[in-house]
Amino acid sequence: MKHLGVKFAAMALALGLGVTPALAEKVKFEFWHGLSGDLGERVKETCDKFNASQSDYEIVCTSQNGYPETIQNAIAAYRAKKNPAIVQVFDVGTLDLMLSGAYIPAKKLMEDNGYKIDWDNYFGGIARYYADSKGVLNSFPFNSSTAMFYYNIDAFTKAGIDGAPQTWEDVEADARKLKSAGFDCPLGFSFDSWATVEQFSAIHNQPIATKNNGYDGLDTELVFNKTKVVDQLTFFKKMTDEGLFQVKTAQLGMDVVPAFASQTCQMIQSSVADHGTIGKTIKPGTKWAVTMLPVWKGTERKNSLVGGASLWVLKNRPEAEYKGAAAFLNFIAQPDMVEWWSTVTGYIPVTKTGFDAMKANGFYEKPQFAGREKAIESLTYTPAGDLTRGIRVGGFPQIRKEISNAMEGIFFGKMTVQAGLDQAVERGNAIIRRFEKTYAGQTLN
Amino acid sequence: MNKRAVFKSWWLPILFALPQLLLIFFFFYWPATSVLTWAFSLEPAFGGAGDRLFVGWDNFRDVFADREYWQSVALSLVFAFTATALSMFIAFVLAICVDRQLKGSGIFRFFYIWPYAIAAPAVGLAFRFIFAPESGLIAIVNTWSPDLWNPAKFGSHAMILVIICFAWKWIGYNFIFMTAGLQSIPRSLIEASSMDGSGPVRRAIDLQIPLLAPTLFFLLVLNLTESFVGPDTYGIVDLTTEGGPNGATNVMVYRIVSEAFQGLNYSGAASQSLILIGLIMVFTFIQFRFVERRVHYK
Repeated sequence: MKHLGVKFAAMALALGLGVTPALAEKVKFEFWHGLSGDLGERVKETCDKFNASQSDYEIVCTSQNGYPETIQNAIAAYRAKKNPAIVQVFDVGTLDLMLSGAYIPAKKLMEDNGYKIDWDNYFGGIARYYADSKGVLNSFPFNSSTAMFYYNIDAFTKAGIDGAPQTWEDVEADARKLKSAGFDCPLGFSFDSWATVEQFSAIHNQPIATKNNGYDGLDTELVFNKTKVVDQLTFFKKMTDEGLFQVKTAQLGMDVVPAFASQTCQMIQSSVADHGTIGKTIKPGTKWAVTMLPVWKGTERKNSLVGGASLWVLKNRPEAEYKGAAAFLNFIAQPDMVEWWSTVTGYIPVTKTGFDAMKANGFYEKPQFAGREKAIESLTYTPAGDLTRGIRVGGFPQIRKEISNAMEGIFFGKMTVQAGLDQAVERGNAIIRRFEKTYAGQTLN
Repeated sequence: MNKRAVFKSWWLPILFALPQLLLIFFFFYWPATSVLTWAFSLEPAFGGAGDRLFVGWDNFRDVFADREYWQSVALSLVFAFTATALSMFIAFVLAICVDRQLKGSGIFRFFYIWPYAIAAPAVGLAFRFIFAPESGLIAIVNTWSPDLWNPAKFGSHAMILVIICFAWKWIGYNFIFMTAGLQSIPRSLIEASSMDGSGPVRRAIDLQIPLLAPTLFFLLVLNLTESFVGPDTYGIVDLTTEGGPNGATNVMVYRIVSEAFQGLNYSGAASQSLILIGLIMVFTFIQFRFVERRVHYK
């Protein structure tokens, strides 16, 4: 029923029936987001809080039930000139938005409407993902996450392991101990490139693509078939062949998060945003923890990449709506809102003042939230450098698919690690070349 | 001489056909022209390219040069023919059984058509849970021998899974038409051949199939088209295998939708859909030219 309602609202909007604020002195504007379920409810609450906080504007929040759907529907609506004022776009859609010419940069919007935002208050690693080459934000960081390493303390104790693994050497040793202690799946992993390829490359300071991961030009080329990623996947392959690591995908019946929560696997890599889900679904009383992703011994660790989504303000709306949009974006950037949002969702606070407020309140000492501060530590381990501020490569959702295809070939088929990665790079580069041609003449500003 | 009613006015039939014509225009021809312009240009996701990005046949050249595209065509053909054959064969066997008025025919006739009423994504989701190699109902076969059934790992198993899904859903549809067709065959013919000593199989081959030929031909065209380009195929693949493993079930329609909407590659997807439309036309032409010759309507 809810889905039907949302669809109908979107349809009504598309037909131009939805948005005529008759005689209302409040200015109404639309916000489309991709979160659903529990997180969707939290967004709705955010909107309610904003509407209750002032009487000039009314924000109407609509879930499109998924990140890809949100950007697809926003594109269709923008083409029909019926787009929402604010839209949530996932990390890898950033470049599509940047080159679209369809948005108002965050900084310009706030300045035009007389808000003073302390842009330096955003964590560097988060802000630079969404900023132009001069470091000026195009969109507002909203829900941010990063990849973490989850491990089951009970299983570790039983296998006689003390403390969290810091290096992949530790992980291998721990996996062997767990296996001999009778645990069938010491580490579960999926074919998601985010943790295994992208985050791994960032913290080991390896390039994913030339031109500083695409930040310096659209003529970038993928290079992860020549970096430590090859060694990493070779290591994974070896561990998998020995039965120490196991593939866990939804197609096999269980993804990594349920595999960890059901204690099938004792170690996984996953987003910090899953911290809440695991806490809710794992058997009560189980001891488990998160830590930063391991690095290889002797590596100088770098900061990890931010994941999640940001809020973009689209063109084509009446001026009054932008005043409302600016008010809303200012509202959610306040420290108390950042704190509230981060507490109820599991996403990390995006501003330093928000993080400090949470620390001061003892948030990270509460047992159910313990460990989430490690995500901030991981993101801010070093200042965001050339290879760790993000990935600005066109068509990246497709490239991710090519990577997971190659991993399927490597772990399930007859492909060698090198051949698989070569294939992903070759096909990925074709996607980038087409993207470059599509936006020919445009430069990254 | 036959008496014929001739309507002289030309506007009346057009008026009656107008609602349908408008629907076709707005929901088929109009979108099709957009696809045409996209296929010959490089369309940015948010639009606004203009003539600047006219690229001629480049998109088609890219598609044809892609080895994975041809793999996808081959997979689509395998899927379409196998799924059609399977669902029509099983539906025919079920229809013959029901037509013979075996015990419980009335109830089965009622239940057999249910699967068709279920939306393809729902079918996909259910089959995914049933056939999940590690946690599904079928997981037990893997305890007898590891990897006996693993569609997440083996492309051939994944293909079998999507074919079974599609066939299961379409058996119901085929069943309705076949049952109706069988009922219109005069009883006396069947009875006469029984008295001559022919069994059910012989009767099916010599009598029922030839007499059912127009219905079977209609179903053949429909099943092939639907499995080749239909939304059911997309829905099932999307919810069971997502085109994997390693592209083993990346059939053409799934490829087009995921490239257009997940990859925001409108132009590449548009040229692929034009090729697909062309293929369907060739397909249907062949069927009418060569298969229909063997079909006798009267």
